[in-house]
Amino acid sequence: MSSIKKGIPFIDQHDENGMWGKYGGNFIGETLKKPVEDLTKAFEKLRNDKGFLDELEYYRKNYIGRPTPFLELPALTKHWGGAKIVVKHEAQAYSGSHKINNAIVHAMIAVATNKKEICGDTGAGYAGSALAIAASLFGLKAKIFMGTHDMERQKIQVFRMRSLGAEVIPCHQGSKTLVEAVSSCIRYYTANCDRVHMCVGSCVSSTIWVKICAWAQSIIGKEMEEQMIDMFGKIPEKLSIVCAIGGGSSSYGTYSSFIDKDHVKLIGVEAGGPEGKKNGADSLSRGTIGILHGSKSLLLQDRNGMVSNTTSISAGLDYPSNSPLHSHLKDLGRLSVMSVSDEEVLESFKLVSRLTGLQPSLEPCHSFAATAKLAPRLSKDSVIATNCCGNALKDMDILAERLKLD
Amino acid sequence: MQTRIKKNFDILSKLKESTVIPFVSGGDPDVKQSTEILKSFAKNGARILECGFNWNAPVSDGDPIQNSSYRALKNGAYIEKVFEIIKEFRKDYKEQAIILMGYYNVCLKFGENNFLKECKNVGVDGLIISDLPFPENIPFVIKCRNIGISFVQLIAPTTSNERIAKINEYADEMVYYISMLGVTGSALKNSPEDIQKKYLEIKKLCSGNKRTVIGFGITQNVIKKFKNVDGLVVGSQICKTIEKSIENGQNSAVVEVSKLYKTLLNEL
Repeated sequence: MSSIKKGIPFIDQHDENGMWGKYGGNFIGETLKKPVEDLTKAFEKLRNDKGFLDELEYYRKNYIGRPTPFLELPALTKHWGGAKIVVKHEAQAYSGSHKINNAIVHAMIAVATNKKEICGDTGAGYAGSALAIAASLFGLKAKIFMGTHDMERQKIQVFRMRSLGAEVIPCHQGSKTLVEAVSSCIRYYTANCDRVHMCVGSCVSSTIWVKICAWAQSIIGKEMEEQMIDMFGKIPEKLSIVCAIGGGSSSYGTYSSFIDKDHVKLIGVEAGGPEGKKNGADSLSRGTIGILHGSKSLLLQDRNGMVSNTTSISAGLDYPSNSPLHSHLKDLGRLSVMSVSDEEVLESFKLVSRLTGLQPSLEPCHSFAATAKLAPRLSKDSVIATNCCGNALKDMDILAERLKLD
Repeated sequence: MQTRIKKNFDILSKLKESTVIPFVSGGDPDVKQSTEILKSFAKNGARILECGFNWNAPVSDGDPIQNSSYRALKNGAYIEKVFEIIKEFRKDYKEQAIILMGYYNVCLKFGENNFLKECKNVGVDGLIISDLPFPENIPFVIKCRNIGISFVQLIAPTTSNERIAKINEYADEMVYYISMLGVTGSALKNSPEDIQKKYLEIKKLCSGNKRTVIGFGITQNVIKKFKNVDGLVVGSQICKTIEKSIENGQNSAVVEVSKLYKTLLNEL
C-alpha cells in the first residue's frame, strides 16, 4: 500500500487513471470523457493562474467573508471535562455553510470556460443555495437538482434557491434524496455538456470533481492551521480533528492541511441513522468497494451490487457512498471512523445550543455528538478541533418537530 | 473468431439488409414475460438482441429504461435472474446473438471473472457496459477476449477521431454509436443525415470490417430516415410499450411489444 507523500497536496496523489489507491477514477459514459478531459485541463491551468487566484482571494475575503472565525468553546471543554474544544466556525461563511467555497470556484470555472449555465445537486440545500448565490453573483443561469424527499424536509432552502433565480428540479425517482439528485444532475449534464458547467457539491463523482471540491474547500484547513498557530503558538502536540463525513467536502477541507502531519489524529463521523436500525449512511464503516456516480469508493450496497437506501436525520449526510479521498485515507490507516445516531445528534444540538449559543446544522451536530464521546476520555492538554460547517436555520422545522420544546 | 455477432452481421451483409436491435430489461414486466419478449423478437426476425441487467443508479438512462429497470428489480430480477432468462432463451434460439447491457458495479460485485464465466455458460455473446469507458476498460476488454465474449465499445458525438482510432484497437466486431448528447429515451437531437455522416466516419476509422450500430433516440418515427446502416438499436420505445401495457392492465406486453418489433422492421 502506498503511503502519504509530504509536501504534495493529497488530492494530487493519484495515479494516471485518477485513482487514489483503489478509489476514484472515471467510470462515466463515453459522452462525458471529452468534457472531463477539457475540465481537467482548464482546472489544472486555473489553479496556477495568478489572475484566477487573485480574483478568488477577492471573493473569499469580500464576499464569503473569510477567514471564518476559529475559537475555543470553554463551556464545552468544561462540560466534557477532558480535551480542550476548539471550533472552526465555518457557518459564518456567507450563505450559512462551507458549501459556498466550492460554489464560487465552480462559478468562476464556468465563466473561465465560457459557460453561461451551471447545474448542480443538493441534499440539505446548502450546496444548492450556495450555487444559486454564486450563479447570481457571476450572472449564470442555475439549475439545481434535489430529491423530492429533501425538498419536503428542507423547504426553506427550496424557497431560497428559487428566490435567487435558480430553477429547482425535483428528482422523484428511487430514494428521492441526494443519490437521485446527483444522478439526475449527471444526466442533465450529459445532455448539455457542450454549453453547461456541472458543479458537484461534495468530494464525489469522477476524479476532476473530487479534486475541484477538495481544492476549493482546502481553504478551511489552511486558515485553521494559521489560526491554531496564533492560538497555541504551534500545532498542538495532542490534536484530534473530528469532522462529520457525508460526501466529504467539509471534512476534507478541514483535514487538508493536517494530512501529512502524522501526530494529528483525523477522526471522521458518519451518520448512523436512527438508533439500532443499521440503515444509516455510514459507508466508510459498513461499505464495500463499489462504483457510484463515476468513481470507486466504499459504498453501501447489497450482494447484488444494488445501492442501498440510507436513512439519516441529516439530508446532507444521507448518501450511500463517500469521497474516494476518505476511503483511501481510511485504507492508509490515516483516518479513523465512528458513527453516531440521529438521537445522539439531537442531544448534541440541544447541548451545544444551550452551552455555546452556536446552533450547528444537523451535519456538524454529528461531529459534536462524537466529540461528546471522545473529549471526556482525553487528557486536559489535548485538543479536539471540529468544524461547525453550517448553521441550523435550515433545520428548524425538523428540530422543532423532533425536540418538542414547548 | 466466428462469433454469433459476426455471423449474423455477415448474413445481413449478404442479404444487403440492415437490422433493428431490440432492447428489453431482463425481468420487465416480469421474468417469464421478458423471456417471451426476447423469444418473440427472435421469432420475428431479430438477429442481434440486447438484454439489460438492471441497476438502481442508471445515470445513462432516461425515464423509460430507468422505470423499466426499477420494475424488473421490484420483481427480483437481479443479475442471476437475467442469466436464467438468457439460458431459457437459448433453449429455443441458438443462432441469434445476445448482448447484455448494464452498469459496471453489477459486474464488479458479482466478480468480473465469475460474471464473464456465467455469461459464457448461458450463451451471452457481447457486453455493453455504459460506465466503463476506454481506456479504463482495457483490462476488462482483455478478460472478455480471453473468454471469447465481445466487448462493445461506445462512441459518442464528443469522441474525437483520434480517440476513435485508439478505441478501435480495443474494439471487437461491433461498435455502438451514441447518436447525441444525452441519455437513452430522449428525442433525437441531431438530424439523421448528420448522424449518418458521423457513422460513415466511424466506419472508416474502425478498420477490420467492424459493424457500427446507432442507438439513443431511435424510434419507429425516425427509422425510415436511416439508410444503409449496419443496425439501429431501439430500447426506450419498447420499454414504454411495456409500461403502457401494464397501465392498461391487460397483461399484453408480449403481444404489444412483438407487434411493435414487426413495425420497426417494416419501417427499415
